Amino acid sequence: MIPGAVREAVASDGETIVYVARERLLEAMRYLKDTPGQDYDYLVDVTAVEFRDRERPLEVVYFLRSLTRKADIRIKVELQPGAELAVDSVYSLWHGADWLEREVFDMFGVTFRGHPDLRRILMWETYAEGYPLRKNFPLRGRFSRAEQVRQALNANPEAHYSMEELSIAAAGGDLPEDMRERLRRGERGTIPEPPPSAA
Amino acid sequence: MKRIGEVQSSNYLVAKFQDLVDWAVNSSRANSLWPMPFGTACCAIEFMATAASRFDFARFGMERQAFSPRQADVLICAGRLPFKLAPVIRRIYDQMPQPKWVISMGACASTGGIFDNYAMVQGIDTIVPVDVYVPGCPPRPEGLLYGILLLHKKIKGESLFDHVRRRDEQLLDEKGLRLPPETIDEISEPFGNSVHQFRSS
Repeated sequence: MIPGAVREAVASDGETIVYVARERLLEAMRYLKDTPGQDYDYLVDVTAVEFRDRERPLEVVYFLRSLTRKADIRIKVELQPGAELAVDSVYSLWHGADWLEREVFDMFGVTFRGHPDLRRILMWETYAEGYPLRKNFPLRGRFSRAEQVRQALNANPEAHYSMEELSIAAAGGDLPEDMRERLRRGERGTIPEPPPSAA
Repeated sequence: MKRIGEVQSSNYLVAKFQDLVDWAVNSSRANSLWPMPFGTACCAIEFMATAASRFDFARFGMERQAFSPRQADVLICAGRLPFKLAPVIRRIYDQMPQPKWVISMGACASTGGIFDNYAMVQGIDTIVPVDVYVPGCPPRPEGLLYGILLLHKKIKGESLFDHVRRRDEQLLDEKGLRLPPETIDEISEPFGNSVHQFRSS
C-alpha cells in the first residue's frame, strides 16, 4: 500500500481494520478502489465514533466491500482532540458517500472537505443545538422543551430540498411561489435566536 | 346533556328545537367521521389493522379514510412525532376544516413514550389540541376503537349553539406556541424510568 499512509493495521474477530493518516486518506482510498487486486468498489457505510475517554481521538470509520472479491475492510481515520474536525470527502470516489458523510456531519460535526453539498440531513437545517451524537451533547438537547417546540414550529418543513432539487422542480413549472422565492434568494433559512436563559 | 323531549323550562320549545338540531348534527358528525391517518411508527400498523376487515372501523362510520386534510374530520396521530415533523402536523391540523378532532394514538404520541430525548416531541398536545388519548405501546385495535367510541361520546355532547367550543384555536403569539412555555416544560417533564436521568447528562 501507499508508504506512510497506514498507521496501524489490526485484525480483530477476523475483520481487518486499518488506521490511515488523515492527510493520506483520499490517496489510500483511491488505491483501495482502483488497484487491481484490491477492487474495493462498494462503500457500505461511513460513520464516526467518539469515546467517553476525552483523550481518545474521534474516529471516522469507512466500511468498504469488494463485490468481486467478496472481501471487506474497515478504514479508520483518527481526529485528535483539539484539532480541526475535518477529513477529505470520498465523494469523488464513491458518490454513495454523499448522504453518508452528510449524516456524520449532522450527528458529529465532522467537516468533509470537497463534499459537494454538505448540509444537515436528519435534523432540519436551522437546528441550533449542536451535534446530537457528540459525548458533550445532553440526551434531551441543550434547550428547554418549550424552546425546542418553538424552534421546531418555526422551521421550514420544505427547507431540506437542495438548490439543485428546487431548480429541477422549477423547470417543471410546478414549484409554489414561496419555494421559487427561496430559489431566487438562494438561502436556506435563518437560525432563530435562542433566549439567553436557554443557552 | 339534555335529553330530547325533556321539559327544561317554560321556554322549552326553543330549547327542544336546539336539542333536536344538536342531536341530528352530532349524530351525523359522530357516525361519519373521516379520519386523517398520520402514521409515523408501529402504531400505524395497529391503525391499519383497525381499518382492515377483522376490526373494521367502517362499522363506526369511518368508511372513508381521508388522505387529504381538507376532507378530514379527525386527525389520528399514530406513532412518535419528532420535532422535525412538528411543523408538518401543525400545518395539516390547520388545513383541516372545522369541526375537527384529534386522537393521539399510543404512548409516544401522547407523552413521548420511551423517546425522552433531543429529537422527540413530548406529547403532541404541545403542538395541536388533543381530544382523546389512547394509551398503549402500541394500543391494540380494540383500544383504538374504544378511543373512537369515546370521541363519539364527546361529539354527541357538543352543541352547535356553543360558538366558543368550535372557534379556531388562537395561538399565543407569532412564535406558534399554543401553550405557555412553562406549561410545555411542565408537561414535558420526565416520568417513569427516565426520571433517573438529568437534563445535563
